Amino acid sequence: MLHIRAYLNTYTHAATLAFFRLAFGLMMFFGIVRFMSYGWIDKFYIKPVFHFTYYGFSWVKPYGVFTYAAFIVCGLSALMVAVGYKYRLSIILFFLTFTYTELLDKTTYLNHYYFVSVISFAMIFLPANAYFSADAYKNPNKAFTQIPRWTTDILKLLLAIVYFYAGLAKLNTDWLINAMPLKIWLPGNADLPVIGPLLTKQWVAYTFSYAGAVYDLGIVFLLLYKRTRWLGFALVVIFHILTKILFPIGIFPYVMIVASLLFFSAGFHIKVLGYIAQLLKLPFNPSAEARIKVAANTPLYNFKIAFLAAFILLQLAFPFRYLFYPQELFWAEEGFRFSWRVMLMEKAGYAEFMVSDPVTGKGLTVDNSKFLTPFQEKQMSFQPDFILEYAHFLHDHYQAQGMHDPEVRVSSYVALNGRLSTLYIDPNVNLAKQDESFLHKTWILPFRDTIKGF
Amino acid sequence: MMFHTFAKIFTMKKLFIAFAVIAFAAGCSSGDSNEAVTSGSYDRTALLTGWADNIIIPAFTNYQAEVNALSEKTATYTTTPTTENLIALRASWLAAYKAYQYVGIHDIGKASELYLIESTNIFPTDAAGITANIASGNYVLTQPVQYAKQGFPALDFLINGLGTTDDAIVSFYTTNARATGYKKYVTDVVARIKTTADAIVADWNGGYRATYIANTTTSISGAVGQTTNNFIKNYEKDVRFPKLGVPAGLFSNGTTYPDKVEAFYKKDVSKELLLDAIKASQDFFNGKNFTTGAEGPGLKGYLDAVSAGGSTPLSGVINSKYAAAITAVNGLNNNLSQQITTDNTAAVNAYNAVQQVVIFTKVDMLNALHIPIDYVDGDGD
Repeated sequence: MLHIRAYLNTYTHAATLAFFRLAFGLMMFFGIVRFMSYGWIDKFYIKPVFHFTYYGFSWVKPYGVFTYAAFIVCGLSALMVAVGYKYRLSIILFFLTFTYTELLDKTTYLNHYYFVSVISFAMIFLPANAYFSADAYKNPNKAFTQIPRWTTDILKLLLAIVYFYAGLAKLNTDWLINAMPLKIWLPGNADLPVIGPLLTKQWVAYTFSYAGAVYDLGIVFLLLYKRTRWLGFALVVIFHILTKILFPIGIFPYVMIVASLLFFSAGFHIKVLGYIAQLLKLPFNPSAEARIKVAANTPLYNFKIAFLAAFILLQLAFPFRYLFYPQELFWAEEGFRFSWRVMLMEKAGYAEFMVSDPVTGKGLTVDNSKFLTPFQEKQMSFQPDFILEYAHFLHDHYQAQGMHDPEVRVSSYVALNGRLSTLYIDPNVNLAKQDESFLHKTWILPFRDTIKGF
Repeated sequence: MMFHTFAKIFTMKKLFIAFAVIAFAAGCSSGDSNEAVTSGSYDRTALLTGWADNIIIPAFTNYQAEVNALSEKTATYTTTPTTENLIALRASWLAAYKAYQYVGIHDIGKASELYLIESTNIFPTDAAGITANIASGNYVLTQPVQYAKQGFPALDFLINGLGTTDDAIVSFYTTNARATGYKKYVTDVVARIKTTADAIVADWNGGYRATYIANTTTSISGAVGQTTNNFIKNYEKDVRFPKLGVPAGLFSNGTTYPDKVEAFYKKDVSKELLLDAIKASQDFFNGKNFTTGAEGPGLKGYLDAVSAGGSTPLSGVINSKYAAAITAVNGLNNNLSQQITTDNTAAVNAYNAVQQVVIFTKVDMLNALHIPIDYVDGDGD
């Protein structure tokens, strides 16, 4: 307890957090611009007639062209975060708009989007505008050079969780014994210059699998210690550039590379910020007098600390919720999302729905392309919660078309990590009568193999 | 101060280079000792060359020849509309229609650009629209709105469906008030089929073959990915769905549509055309040379090269599904329309067998070969 008290009263230079704020804000801004420029807002959120929602968040809906407004606000608030202008307001706006767009359709779920939501949520509570910000410049009372150390460490911890948990998730028999799915994925890049021919070799798939697991588990420790920090950073750069070349993962590699700079000492961040200020002729004096933002011992402050501690505990525990479910995690995907299980599976499915009217006995096979985009259909076909939500949609749709409380059944096959596809969902179950919940979905047929590990 | 940072960045760069060199050296040195364990690799250039030279170009060339014959018979018939010439025209129509089943898979390059599928085989054909076109004489067949009023299904109506006897049909081209219009329409429809076929063959024989073979990238736009996606799309959307699924009522709440089968007016060839399409799909899967029948580079070989399915080779599974589909369809009446009217359960059962192929090609095969499905281009993680 005393240790914790003492820790909460230690301080670090504000430049680190300010540097991260600037880098994060800029990357998010360009990320949003990229997303908009690809026409993905229209394609993912406006065009589809039906959206797959997160359990409990079905009320989050796109509002036609106004959906663009959310993205514009998101992009602008990211810029405001970067320059540290009205920081608290802008980071809250950013968190809300970004998370709103992510909640619209789980088809587009990506771990790194979730990471952005988690980080931006934590940043709401951090004094990231104390240094090198418009806020600090306009109001010197808000300017500090020293801030409580935990406000920077919490971001390092969140980043460490991502890496370490992603590493833990790789400790399974498919990844380590079978080199799956890399054995399938790497040969797809056989046409790359220089490394291409290597990628078709088995031993390369194994090397990449093991190197990936070791990297994820160990990289944070390399970054933590001063002596290994540059080596760690070099590995971060190599690793993420490689993933960028091999897989279509958007801006995530850059986010991770820049985020890992958090681990550097404040001297580095002061220098970088000073250099930027010089370049842009900003009124910034890195050698300004030291001012400490003293940790207030108010109930509100203590509550904030307790709240963030609970948030961290949740982050640590949540990925293990899969232990409460009886079936193979990769197969049933109960507790798969929000757990830093990144690039672990090559999974695909085929789902054909039969809707029938119990009164007339007539039925039809659904042409999925009438309701779903190819992207949605692809994601739906191997994830039980998608299949269920779509079945409910079909029930409602055909009931509105005049069927009597239609029954919805699915013929669904799924292939996982190179295994032949097998029947996935009990074809006899009327999915219209099954409810979504956090309980185990009993109508997922058993996985006919075992994958051991985390 | 600045120098110090640069020095560090420089060190990092050196590290990076060193790492790359080590990795590369490691790769080269153990590469030759690795008894060519290239499991997972498949020569994409050889695959594309095989597809182009053994399958696609010969199939299109054969189709072009059949279309040329159709064109000649059409000229003979429209010059001299007799029952004899009608029967000859009909035979060449069927031969060309059968040849089409082997090229409908390859919706790439000129074929895609000229809307081969849409302008050649949309059925059921719009009989009323055709009659209206003939009456007005005012139509441009290249317009999308006219797609359902041309191609082989339109010819089916024009040479098989205008009357119950051959004499009755021929009368539309002789004594009918619009005989000239009918002759012109048949000629126009066949000319359009021929123009498209000629353009596609010319393109493949021109520069397109080289472009196609050189496009070895693994992205969605690569030729391997596109050709494979076309192969799946053809079977799922152009064979399974319209030829059997729709007529047997699988997509329409149990309401069957016996009038929506392929070659509805000819009556007795709908099963034959379906079988041809399934065989064409299987032959393509196996990399079967269109002319010699010998198996060459193809999806089967690719799957075997990556040992897909392990102890249960996926290629074997897929071929057994094709065989089951062919057997099930073979058991049906030659006239699918009649089959659906008299015993639709058998048609539905056959559909289910046909459907099985889709699962194993679309899910397992794409998965094993790591070929992305068309039009899915969001980020992954």
